[in-house]
Amino acid sequence: MIHNYLFLSIILFCLGIVGVISRRNVFTVFMSIELMLNAANLAFIAFSRVHQNMDGHVLAMMVMAVAAAEAALALAVVILLHKHKSKLDTNVFSLLKG
Amino acid sequence: MGQSVNYLGLIPLFPLLGSVLIGLIHVFAGKKFRISEKFYGILACVGPVLSFILALKTFVALKALAPESRFLCHKAFTWFSVGELHIDMGFLADPLSCLMLLFVTFIGSLIHIYSIGYMGGDKNYGKFFSYMNLFLGAMLVLVLGDSPVVMFVGWEGVGLCSYLLISFYSEDRSNVLAGNKAFIVNRIGDLGFVLGMAFLFWGIGASGFDFLSLKAHSGNLTPAIALTVCLLLFVGATGKSAQIPLYVWLPDAMAGPTPVSALIHAATMVTAGVYMVARFSFIYANVELAGNIIAWVGILTALLAAIFGMFQDDIKKVLAYSTVSQLGYMFAGVGVAAYSAGIFHVFTHAFFKALLFLGAGSVIYALHHQQNIWKMGGLKSKMPKTYFTMVIGALALSGCPPFSGFFSKDEILYSALATGHYGIWMVGVLVAGMTAYYTFRMIFVVFHGTPRDQHAFDHAKESPAVMTVPLIILAVGALFAGFLNLPAIFGGSQMVTHWLAPSLTEHHPHASLFIEIIAIGASVAAFVIGIKIAYTKFGQGAPAPEFKGFAEFAYHKFYVDELYHAIIVQPYKAIGSIIWKTLEPNVTDSPVKAASKLYMAIGTAFKVFQVGYVRIYAIYMIVGLSLMSLFLSQSLN
Repeated sequence: MIHNYLFLSIILFCLGIVGVISRRNVFTVFMSIELMLNAANLAFIAFSRVHQNMDGHVLAMMVMAVAAAEAALALAVVILLHKHKSKLDTNVFSLLKG
Repeated sequence: MGQSVNYLGLIPLFPLLGSVLIGLIHVFAGKKFRISEKFYGILACVGPVLSFILALKTFVALKALAPESRFLCHKAFTWFSVGELHIDMGFLADPLSCLMLLFVTFIGSLIHIYSIGYMGGDKNYGKFFSYMNLFLGAMLVLVLGDSPVVMFVGWEGVGLCSYLLISFYSEDRSNVLAGNKAFIVNRIGDLGFVLGMAFLFWGIGASGFDFLSLKAHSGNLTPAIALTVCLLLFVGATGKSAQIPLYVWLPDAMAGPTPVSALIHAATMVTAGVYMVARFSFIYANVELAGNIIAWVGILTALLAAIFGMFQDDIKKVLAYSTVSQLGYMFAGVGVAAYSAGIFHVFTHAFFKALLFLGAGSVIYALHHQQNIWKMGGLKSKMPKTYFTMVIGALALSGCPPFSGFFSKDEILYSALATGHYGIWMVGVLVAGMTAYYTFRMIFVVFHGTPRDQHAFDHAKESPAVMTVPLIILAVGALFAGFLNLPAIFGGSQMVTHWLAPSLTEHHPHASLFIEIIAIGASVAAFVIGIKIAYTKFGQGAPAPEFKGFAEFAYHKFYVDELYHAIIVQPYKAIGSIIWKTLEPNVTDSPVKAASKLYMAIGTAFKVFQVGYVRIYAIYMIVGLSLMSLFLSQSLN
């Protein structure tokens, strides 16, 4: 049974990675990161069920809390980025180019 | 070890604290508020006077002890401890340092008081007193240091302060150059001192590097190392005490304010070399060759400086060369192992030389900074107090009995004669005559005859009491200090020699009445002849002389400065410019430049990875994390 959950988790995680790498809109990238976090949460919950203890739940709760904090911060950053260049294309922000 | 007393550390601390305090007030408050000169003056005199009081206390405490156990010490803190070398910030008062302490603080205090008057109206009044206090504090560290290293701290301190004070009137470039010269020449000597200390440590330093331990183990020095140490330390002394070949800085040091000259020449700085040799008498006494070299260098310096002194026309330069000459006597004294005679001459010289300099300062002050003696004349009637005190100083300097200089100089010449150094004695007598000549040449030209510059003469008047009172006190000292060490032939008991005996390793030559009479007779004859010639030539007023032939040669100081410039300074500059323009850009810089180019190339190669797109960095991160996980899972299995 656990395999199914883990496969789903992996699929979600990979979707997230592909989203981060391939999409150029800041919001899409952000949502893809959230997807990866939730994939990890799913794996935690599944393992928690298998091992019959609450450790995974605790971690999943923690990840959610961190994700919420991160969302608040990231949205503020996005607003500033938009103010700066009036665009939300990640390719526009390439000051670190060597 | 001797008894430990806490107040020893305070003696140098008072002037040092005063220096910091005055300096801070000058820097932070001097510009905003108008701080009165009186405030600075009083603040500046507090430190030296307190030190003098503590010096008296030390003297009384030492006197109460038995002669052979007259040591007081104070260990402030452990300075550093590396391997076998343990250095404490420690102070040692024994009869030798106590004598130095007494006159350094006494004369230093008088000079500070005098400076209140002399420096009046100067815009850097506060700065001046801050440096003066620092100077005195450094000298006290030098005198009280209980190990060569602590002594060296003071040694460097007085070097620094001499630089600061000689170039005090820093608007004039030549003054700054004089300060530089003093500092650089002193550095050459200091190198000798440092090397000497290193050899000394190598020889016997392992069992303690303070003076008492060194003295106890001085027998373990091999003759070769002992000779090396002696000569290297003497190189240090030639720098600080202005002996051949490093005497050139002292006459130029006249660029500073006159109280500074008095402080350098009388109480601090130049006496340090003689003190150091006497302090190391336990080594010098065993190395006769080094003693002979020192004695000859000393007496030849005395002769050379006396020749220069006879042809100077700047009142302070005459006195400067007389100091170099008298220092030569002192080294002749310590060279023939008559350490107490050398130190006694330091002691008496401090009084009459401070007196002469402060008197000259009084004259210069009255004539609005005129220093050329050929612009003076007839000042006797205008400045009676300065005149009488300076005559006393001049008599003491020329060795007229019964003034202080006579007894101390005679003691040195007698010791040279009694130990069989006839050559040194004969040159010494000759120099004594020359000293009398140039000293009274100066006195006659400045104070007797008719005024050469009527305008300046009309405006000249006696200096204020704050300047003349120190003169009178010093004159009393110059008159009577000699009686402290009255030799047996005059019914005295040589108090100073006996007082110093526990500190010094000295063998007194067998006293012979015949030799003593010869020595005294020759000195007195030389004095009378010298003063007679000076009187016939300058007693009734004489015009400024034209220097021709040898006199011109001597007037230009044998072109020694020019010689040093040509054979030392110029080659150094040439070497410097070769290194700067050829060696450095082409040879030493190339590896450095190559290294920087290498890093630039590496940077350019790796630049391609820094694409700037956040997506690409995400790929790097994912690849990196994947590789790490792979590696982790591999290693866990």
